[in-house]
Amino acid sequence: MSALLSIQKMSHYFGGLKAVSDFTFDVPEGVIYGLIGPNGSGKTTTFNLITGIYAPTEGKIFFDGKDITGHKPFRIVQGGIARTFQNLRIFGNLSVVDNIRVARHYTVKSGFFTSILRLPSFRKEEEEIREDAMQLIKMMHLEDRALDNAKNLPYGALRRLEIARALATKPKLVLLDEPAAGMNPKETEELMGLIRRVRDEFKVTVFLIEHHMKLVMNVCERVKVIDFGETIAEGAPQDVGKDPKVLEAYLGRGGAEC
Amino acid sequence: MGNFKLPRLLIVAVIFFIVVTVLSLDQVYILNGYFMVIINRCMIFVILASSLNLINGITGQFSLGHMGFAAVGAYVSGTITTLLLKLPPPPPGFAISGSMFIFVVAILVGGISAAFVGFLIGFPSLRLKGDYLAIVTLGFGEIIRTILNNIDYVGGPRGLLGIPKFSNFTSIWAFTLLTIVLLRNLVQSSHGRAMLSIRENELASELCGIDTTRYKVMGFVVGAFFAGVAGGLLAHLLQIAHPTQYGFLPSCLVLIMVYAGGMGSMTGSILAAFCLTFLTEGLRVGIDALPVFTFGATTFRIGTEWVMVIYSVLLVLIMLFRTEGIMGMREAKLLIIEEKKK
Repeated sequence: MSALLSIQKMSHYFGGLKAVSDFTFDVPEGVIYGLIGPNGSGKTTTFNLITGIYAPTEGKIFFDGKDITGHKPFRIVQGGIARTFQNLRIFGNLSVVDNIRVARHYTVKSGFFTSILRLPSFRKEEEEIREDAMQLIKMMHLEDRALDNAKNLPYGALRRLEIARALATKPKLVLLDEPAAGMNPKETEELMGLIRRVRDEFKVTVFLIEHHMKLVMNVCERVKVIDFGETIAEGAPQDVGKDPKVLEAYLGRGGAEC
Repeated sequence: MGNFKLPRLLIVAVIFFIVVTVLSLDQVYILNGYFMVIINRCMIFVILASSLNLINGITGQFSLGHMGFAAVGAYVSGTITTLLLKLPPPPPGFAISGSMFIFVVAILVGGISAAFVGFLIGFPSLRLKGDYLAIVTLGFGEIIRTILNNIDYVGGPRGLLGIPKFSNFTSIWAFTLLTIVLLRNLVQSSHGRAMLSIRENELASELCGIDTTRYKVMGFVVGAFFAGVAGGLLAHLLQIAHPTQYGFLPSCLVLIMVYAGGMGSMTGSILAAFCLTFLTEGLRVGIDALPVFTFGATTFRIGTEWVMVIYSVLLVLIMLFRTEGIMGMREAKLLIIEEKKK
């Protein structure tokens, strides 16, 4: 297994606050990789650094063998990293199918004039994009709501829509930022199956942040635990779950003993 | 292409054209010259409002100087046609088609100049997130007015005079229809969806692989182009281009049309352009008819400047009671391109 995403000595400061400190880790190709840690431990910052929303203060990020440190977000997405957001960022006033079609846009070849004149090549391409989007919608079981405005969908459906939108950019690596946040146990159960299916059917690597321990222990094949911007454990989920430092970070000093 | 149907939009536009033409015929004469000028102004404002809608409503940016681009279009095309008229006249057979050709080219050159100015303004200010565009376009509107006031070649404060009357109902109608069709096609294409996604959530749009700066600039430049076209049409209708026609207040008028019609709805922009242009004229006539009040030695007269006050009140009322405008974000069926059902 070669490393798809490789982060080397990455640090990020917000003024004097060390949000991420000296991270070095590899995400191997084809795995479901989990990043866990208490609130404020720098998980979302890590995602923001990988997707180019912030440039790291120090260190390098390599993706697929190429240095992507400091690239603009849309270039990074076009290079093959897609993500979802902890607090949903759906295009609320667009229909479900349009939400997904937006993510396919960067592959569109029809130029400006071809589009406004609606030439045959444009129509053909639109048809292809629509079919692709409908396939993703079917996979996420959203076909009944395909033409509704996205803002009218229930919460669980929006989570699935965001994953579908991320997949529409044809990524190699999908970053999921707390995919189970706000979901009930049944929805979480379905999500676990979905994450596995996404990995198997789309041949992507999944890198997720999660608080939900059951989900992480069940789905992830490799886990990294961070606290206050520093790595405290890394390895298979079963081993990490027993690590005293991890228990301490999550439950406090007394918790580890009882 | 067995079941080819004429687009309903075209049918409605042609019916509108025939009805107005018939009513304005000398034998019928229900619509006199005065009404025709208002209808022509309405259509020009349809172009202005729906192009501003592309910037403010679709792409979600905030431009305050739309009339500045109209000024560029008006002065450039007006200068071209007045200069060409001074050339020796063409041979008799070519006279009419030749002047029509010159007119269309002049309008398009005006539009392209406005688009170019739009690019110069939009590119630096749209790279930033936030309200910088509003500040820059507000400044631009004033700058262009001041510049025009001080260039003697285009008449300075007298305005550019002697522009040939090339605009008529037919040509304005054709340009308006073309604008509506092209803008509709743009909005309902992949490029248009990219612009809409920027309005909805700029960060998410960027993380869907969209070069947001590029699409913000594209929306802005296309909007500026059509504003330039509208300015050219207006100049050739009124036969004058004057700096005060393109100041801040007219820009606000177009902005009010977009908001009153509903941000992001072209149908709304078109409706509002018609309603508000008629309302302006109605108020002007109505206010002129008001008597002059006298209190002792002082006379108090309500002038046409009160039109803008009434507009502001109208805008406040819209904000209070119908925040989303006449149409909200809905679009009339006429303007929606149908997709095959799956």
